[in-house]
Amino acid sequence: MSEKKIMLGNEAIARGAYEAGVKVSAAYPGTPSTEISENIVKYPEIYAEWSPNEKVAMEVAIGASISGVRSMASMKHVGVNVASDPLYTISYAGVNGGLVLVAADDPGLYSSQNEQDTRCVARAAMVPVLEPSDSQEAKDFMKYAFELSEKYDTPVILRTTTRLSHSQGPVTLEERQKIEDKVYERNVGKFVMMPGNAKQRHLYVEQRLKDMAVDGYDMPINRMELNDSKIGFITSGIAYQYVKEACPEASVLKLGMVHPLPRKLIEEFAEKVEVLYIFEELEPVFEEQIKSWGINCIGKEIFTVQGEYSANMIRKAVLHQDADLKDAAKVPARPPILCPGCPHRSVYSVLNKLKIHAAGDIGCYTLGAVAPLSVVDTTVCMGASISTLHGMEKAKGKDYIKNWVAVIGDSTFMHTGVNSLMNMVYNQGTGTVMILDNSTTGMTGHQDHAATGKTLMGETVPAINIYHLCKAMGIKNVIEVDAFDTALLEKVIKEEVAKDEVSVIITKAPCVLLKTEKATKVAKECVTISEKCKKCGMCLRPGCPALTKNADGTISIDATMCNGCGLCQQLCKFGAIEVREK
Amino acid sequence: MNNTKNIMIVGVGGQGTLLTSRILGGITLAAGYDVKLSEVHGMAQRGGSVVTFVRYGESVAEPIVEEGQADVLIAFEMLEALRYAHFLKKDGVLIVNEQRIDPITVVTGVAQYPENIIEDLEKEYKVLKVDAQKAALEMGNSKVFNIIVLGVAARHMDFPKEAWLDVIEKTVPPKTVEINKKAFLLGYEEV
Repeated sequence: MSEKKIMLGNEAIARGAYEAGVKVSAAYPGTPSTEISENIVKYPEIYAEWSPNEKVAMEVAIGASISGVRSMASMKHVGVNVASDPLYTISYAGVNGGLVLVAADDPGLYSSQNEQDTRCVARAAMVPVLEPSDSQEAKDFMKYAFELSEKYDTPVILRTTTRLSHSQGPVTLEERQKIEDKVYERNVGKFVMMPGNAKQRHLYVEQRLKDMAVDGYDMPINRMELNDSKIGFITSGIAYQYVKEACPEASVLKLGMVHPLPRKLIEEFAEKVEVLYIFEELEPVFEEQIKSWGINCIGKEIFTVQGEYSANMIRKAVLHQDADLKDAAKVPARPPILCPGCPHRSVYSVLNKLKIHAAGDIGCYTLGAVAPLSVVDTTVCMGASISTLHGMEKAKGKDYIKNWVAVIGDSTFMHTGVNSLMNMVYNQGTGTVMILDNSTTGMTGHQDHAATGKTLMGETVPAINIYHLCKAMGIKNVIEVDAFDTALLEKVIKEEVAKDEVSVIITKAPCVLLKTEKATKVAKECVTISEKCKKCGMCLRPGCPALTKNADGTISIDATMCNGCGLCQQLCKFGAIEVREK
Repeated sequence: MNNTKNIMIVGVGGQGTLLTSRILGGITLAAGYDVKLSEVHGMAQRGGSVVTFVRYGESVAEPIVEEGQADVLIAFEMLEALRYAHFLKKDGVLIVNEQRIDPITVVTGVAQYPENIIEDLEKEYKVLKVDAQKAALEMGNSKVFNIIVLGVAARHMDFPKEAWLDVIEKTVPPKTVEINKKAFLLGYEEV
């Protein structure tokens, strides 16, 4: 079989896993990694799951590896932080079946809270890293990663970036390899990481990295492309493509293994070129090591540590070409916003009215930070809303948080929010937690989780009931409210924040984009009756994008955008908006 | 790699730029070209400004189109056409759907939606405008406006009509094949 198919980087990673004979895959969704699992599940030979968080996913993959099969976990860069505890230690223990962690970095922060570089984590954890440059390599490197994992007895990180994960290119498909399960043998010295054993394994890990750095000289994924000797680039990943685009005549050392670095190869390459540039997105990981070896090179002096790179960047900084580019027109920004009909907008319109601050979390509802809703004051990481609110209370006292709530989505609550809520109960907090339950993982494009009652592989399973979970923690005040019942919501929020006890308000309404919702509900739309409109602008306050103000002050509602949630109708005191069937 | 063709599709998250770029990717690969596409997933898809790139030729390196390099810029919304117009080559073509979607900055009164966008763009670029929304509504399905716009853009690319219809059939959901083909032909031959 040599069929060629155009594939998303993430789709190619999934294909690589399939062809490498992977049997178990675990992940938590996060842009730009989500489509890896969504494609893996298309191969019935692989067991694939959404785990509640990245730490659990990593541990599931570790267990599968120890039992003797090839396994993987995938996550975004900040997810690697959550999984770092098992990662750092499995680096010591090593593997039985091959073990690969796919980590997706986000240079340019398309959909993330920071711009961290997974190579830094990998160096600290002493785990080798491979970095492909296009979809074909994404598939090929995935297979190679499993070979290296088993050869060197190490977990391997395959690092991708948003641009690679979300670019498509042709991929030649091959058959799935027949990989025999490794025999499992009890090996306490290797798999029980207590101090005495770990001490020995630490020595092994240090030697392993040295060996791989030496062997990197001959690895086919590290490639010297010798052309014009005046300019040389050391580069990897998607940045390689920008070099080829801007300077096809330059010499290039393309690194496929980006940790540990093949020092001898780099030294040889540096000898062959007059000026050496290090072209790496994000942190100067290559540059600092190469400079520490006494090699002259130019890197972050002229290239940024922030954002994505481009060919134009090289044309300007290296070739000094005057590109004669037109300036971008000055136009209003278009930041992402909550969708028309989003239940979060309804909840936030009430919190905004009550002038309540929210300690926020990671999800679509982070968008409640911006005008006109302006409710969310803080966003740090998954699950942090509840614990940061608790910290505020412990710092300033319970009266200080009477005009505060924590807001967190259902998926994020299951991820790590549940631990924070346990802490609030245990340490006698009095905060009010609002779980915005839209029955899915919204921002990443509708993935199921433990409280939706469906698995990644499509099985219907008992859903963990968030209400009873909170009740089981001993919380007296757990209230479920329809997210669109603004009158009741207002009453409940006022009552609960006033109490000197922990309260959980679960607002319920499925994500408006969920296909299952769309299929079962009668399509509705909001329409204006312009003669009743008093031009007060109340309906515009929640910032629904389907509504626009006409030149005469009346309102138009875009029928193609409106999802008929009726929030604007609730806000209109003059009956000038109606909800009707589409 | 100077023979590489650069196409950009810009719009507002949710307008179907991904489907359109996948059709473009499919047709270029079927024609035997090397091709790379780049897309935006995640947060920006929630009503933000989105851009996708399609590059094809004998051998394609980077998956993005950079400033001053686009042969064809397909804009599903007028403000987004203005935002990305400077990506066009000097002799590039801009296909713009005459739809206005106010960004939140305009809704809240922080910014003004620029007036006379198309007239201003016509002074500097070769512009083809199409009211695809209206045409789609007349067809009875407001969602297929993006395929109508693609049909207009296809006039400026070197693939035969049959190849387009073939790739549309392979790319769109089975239930929507006929309406999408009809929408494409409307853009390709009539609007």
